[in-house]
Amino acid sequence: MAAPLTLLLIVAVTIRAVLFRSSLAELISARVEVVSPLNAWKRVVEGLALLDLGVSPYSGDVFHETPLMIYLFHFTVDYAEIVFIVSAYFVDCLSCFLKPLDRAKMAINSNYLKSDLLFNFPGCCELISWFITIIVCLCFCKFHFLCTCKYTDVRLCHQIADGITALALYLSIQTYNKDVFRKQKYALESDRYSADCLELLRSPKEMFYIPLKVAMFYLLNPFTILSCVAKSTCGLNNAIIALFIFCTLKGSALLSGILLALATYQSIYPLTLFAPALLFFLQRLYIPVNLRRSSFWFFTLQYAFMYVGSLVVITGLSFFLLGSWDFIPSVYGFIFSVPDLTPNIGLFWYFFAEMFEHFRLFFSCVFQINVFFYTIPLSIKLKEHPVFLIFMQIAIISIFKSYPTVGDVALYMAFLPAWSHLYRFLRNIFLVSCVLLACSALFPVLWHLWIYAGSANSNFYYAITLLFNFGQILLVADYFYAYLRREHHLTHGLYLKKKDGTEATLVLK
Amino acid sequence: CEIKQLSDCLIRLLLDRRDGTRTSEALTPAAAARDEFQEELVIRPLHSGDIYASFQFRTLWDTDFLQEGQKVSHYRLFPKSLGQVLSKFSVRELHISFTQGFWRTMQWGQPFIPSPPGAELWVWFHDTVSDVDGNWKELTNVLSGIFCASLNFIDLTNTVQPSASFKPLGLGNATDHRFLRYATLPREIVCTENLTPWKKLLPCGSKAGLAVLLKSEKLFHSSFHSQAVHIRPVCQDEQCTSKAWELRQTLNVVFDLYTAGQGKKEWSLFKMFSRTLTEACPLATSSKVYVDITDNPELFELSPATPLLSQAVVLGDRRTYSVFDLTRAETFGQLRSLNLLLRWKGDGEMLRPLLHAERYVAGFGLQTGEIHTVIYNNHPYRAFPVLLMDSVPWYLQLYIHTLTVTSKSRDNKPSYIHYQPAKDRHRPHLLEMLIQLPPHSMTEVTVQFERALLKWTEYTPDPNHGFYVGSSVVSALVPSMVAMNTNFTQDQPLFSSFVPVKEESSYFVRVYTEPLLVNLPTPDFSMPYNVICLTCTVVAVGYGSFYNLLTRTFQVDEPSLPLAKRLANLIRRIRGVPLLT
Repeated sequence: MAAPLTLLLIVAVTIRAVLFRSSLAELISARVEVVSPLNAWKRVVEGLALLDLGVSPYSGDVFHETPLMIYLFHFTVDYAEIVFIVSAYFVDCLSCFLKPLDRAKMAINSNYLKSDLLFNFPGCCELISWFITIIVCLCFCKFHFLCTCKYTDVRLCHQIADGITALALYLSIQTYNKDVFRKQKYALESDRYSADCLELLRSPKEMFYIPLKVAMFYLLNPFTILSCVAKSTCGLNNAIIALFIFCTLKGSALLSGILLALATYQSIYPLTLFAPALLFFLQRLYIPVNLRRSSFWFFTLQYAFMYVGSLVVITGLSFFLLGSWDFIPSVYGFIFSVPDLTPNIGLFWYFFAEMFEHFRLFFSCVFQINVFFYTIPLSIKLKEHPVFLIFMQIAIISIFKSYPTVGDVALYMAFLPAWSHLYRFLRNIFLVSCVLLACSALFPVLWHLWIYAGSANSNFYYAITLLFNFGQILLVADYFYAYLRREHHLTHGLYLKKKDGTEATLVLK
Repeated sequence: CEIKQLSDCLIRLLLDRRDGTRTSEALTPAAAARDEFQEELVIRPLHSGDIYASFQFRTLWDTDFLQEGQKVSHYRLFPKSLGQVLSKFSVRELHISFTQGFWRTMQWGQPFIPSPPGAELWVWFHDTVSDVDGNWKELTNVLSGIFCASLNFIDLTNTVQPSASFKPLGLGNATDHRFLRYATLPREIVCTENLTPWKKLLPCGSKAGLAVLLKSEKLFHSSFHSQAVHIRPVCQDEQCTSKAWELRQTLNVVFDLYTAGQGKKEWSLFKMFSRTLTEACPLATSSKVYVDITDNPELFELSPATPLLSQAVVLGDRRTYSVFDLTRAETFGQLRSLNLLLRWKGDGEMLRPLLHAERYVAGFGLQTGEIHTVIYNNHPYRAFPVLLMDSVPWYLQLYIHTLTVTSKSRDNKPSYIHYQPAKDRHRPHLLEMLIQLPPHSMTEVTVQFERALLKWTEYTPDPNHGFYVGSSVVSALVPSMVAMNTNFTQDQPLFSSFVPVKEESSYFVRVYTEPLLVNLPTPDFSMPYNVICLTCTVVAVGYGSFYNLLTRTFQVDEPSLPLAKRLANLIRRIRGVPLLT
């Protein structure tokens, strides 16, 4: 598996590096679909410029990144050379050190059962060695595509972020598959599945390439590539969420809590991922979800404490870095009250541009609540399937958030290969794919007609965003339907019969 | 708003009529403070063939409104409406101008008192004021009534506090710019309704003196019209022992008599104003008409000729003026009226203004753009620094990291930058910088911006006309060709004494660039209901499909029995026979 993944990483990095070098990069970084006021790189640079001028970046309304982000970039840009040298040095040391370790591990693994080899969990050092592979690739790229631009090294940052996301997703799905397979085996042994649903069961063979496909769906998705080339900080947020999923699936509650807090701190919406993570840990620790059990409450409080604690620490840290609470209204107030109506692929901009003033507060509450609203019912419905719940939540966030970009869409789309076994139950995947493809093509066309040619007006672009969101909703709802239906078939049998013995159709009642 | 403004105006006019008797009362108690009134008209033939006429009316009053415990209630020459405003809002200095048209520096040279197109208001408040923003808000509304202008549209979104560009022109060395407010309304249209209240502030109204020339049908039939009111504290005497208040009302107008007069380069007072002068304002201590004859007699001839000549150093140049003193009877001659007449003989070369600036928007499309400000230093060998001030509305999001300053195709780093970024719907961008202009050079300042999409109610009624961005202000101490006059003397002509001269070698110049007109992307204004319905539909589709899947369960679809069978089953149930299926 290592070779294809390395190859994939190299291909992905090369595509990005080539695009970075081309004149397209500037065009892409100005696209409203790719960057939003929250994560545009131009605004980060503006924030850095304001810091250099001695003006608080939050005193204006251009910069909306979190303080940790700006100081991260401040450091990366200022000490780019040092960071680069240090990382290169570490790469050298670690790769020398890890190679034999890795080989030894492989040797031990080969002694295990053949079937287990599939789920052979790459240990911590393997993650590190992957990380190093990426850095080596990138350093290679850097040497070849060295540019005089002051912010060149930040490209490295974005590429690393994409690599980390893909890697974390790859390892998460690998762990998840292992988990799924194990559960399936137990269920089969305890005869919980109906007899005629053997063809619904998942085989190791078909699951083997799924992690790779997930990584590929993320890395080679044009949306991700555009987002990375535009240097949108959305890639970094995705990396944090992907690492959070990885840590959750690995069962590390502390790391998961910290990363979830970080993700929440970055864009508030990942707050809803608390529920699936909690459900996953409870399931993993065999704690039943029962409100009267003290063990349930004990663990919930423990996890909540880790989450809230790290959130407080991170927020406090940003306060001490910045010396004021200015960033709270400027980041979170900006997300919730949607003052910037620059067009994007979401539902908010035109709606609030055309809104009657006295209804504004009401409708901003209604629209914002959509993200959080589905969490509890979904958690109840999917309490046995927290990973699918994570997927659902990420999708809902990316549809209903106030400033969505294609980078957000790319994150949940990366999960689609993991649900490839649902394909037979999808009802309108063809229609939805056509809608999403057509919309993606029409975005720039109608934007051009409105903004540059002046031959169309805002309604054209709005219609496309509407259709795009409609397609996304259909897609997510379809996957949800298919998942529920497969679960139903697993317990009730695939070929259902009516009372009179004829073939039955399933309906939702 | 229009209605409110109109009613404000009406109230103002009524009030004015009521205390219109103030001049005729002439109650001058012995204890009243000394006051005096001077009027002056300067006529400068421009090399483009246009005529520049500049009126200045100065009222000096040796009193202090702002002194604690002293209530000033006796007004003689100083307009009561302004005096009350000054004391109520603790104004230290007030400068307001209304301008129609754009001053073309390259063709006309420097004006005596520059002003940007539209309305401009800047006020220094006294440093005892605690709520400056509140005072400013009220003051703009009051001035809006006094001048019948839309100054009530000045709010926090177009007010800035420049840190260096606008220093007090009068007494006092205030440097704390928290007490300064500056705002422009580049869209303001100036017309008769602004001129009438302005004329009413004069002690003689438009009945006598130079003000009889101010006929709106002629004044507004011109290339450039600017009227202003400047109030500031000044020294009473040379020793500067006590403070006096100075009210300067200025009116600058440029007539295009060349094209209007079928290409003949000649003008007269009557041609310009359709009036001649017959007397000075009886309340005025001095009343003079100056005609710039520096280029005489090669270029034009002036009649009636006058033996009185005066020399003044103004804007770095020594000029010679013919002086007509209206307080002397012989000025009016036999006809008891003065009609100046001037004929041009040829063309002359104008002294190029040493400092000149222009501005434009670059880029295409409605997404981004770039503001270019070009500043020219035409001095052959001297470099000098200028202060550039830009106030850009919030809906153009400036990116300060894209700021470039280039002179002679080389990067010219400003030695001082004061930047205050905008807050959406709260305050505009303020960018001030100190740039060193190399001799004989062109300096280009560019900064990129992004256009915001506004709420549909925030657009003006004609949204596709575009949005105005006020002029940039370039302030500089320009090296002078001749020694400036630093002595403070009372008998200096008014036009040369407005800006205090601190040193001999340079003089202060303020240049305003063109205001910009920027188009913003617009939503479809006819769509609000449709948009609300359509977007909510999509959200409802999402809600509906999730709700459906969350609350329902999968069940085998059992078709219900036909009606006949169900009826049969009903009977069978009563009979206790097995049911049909």
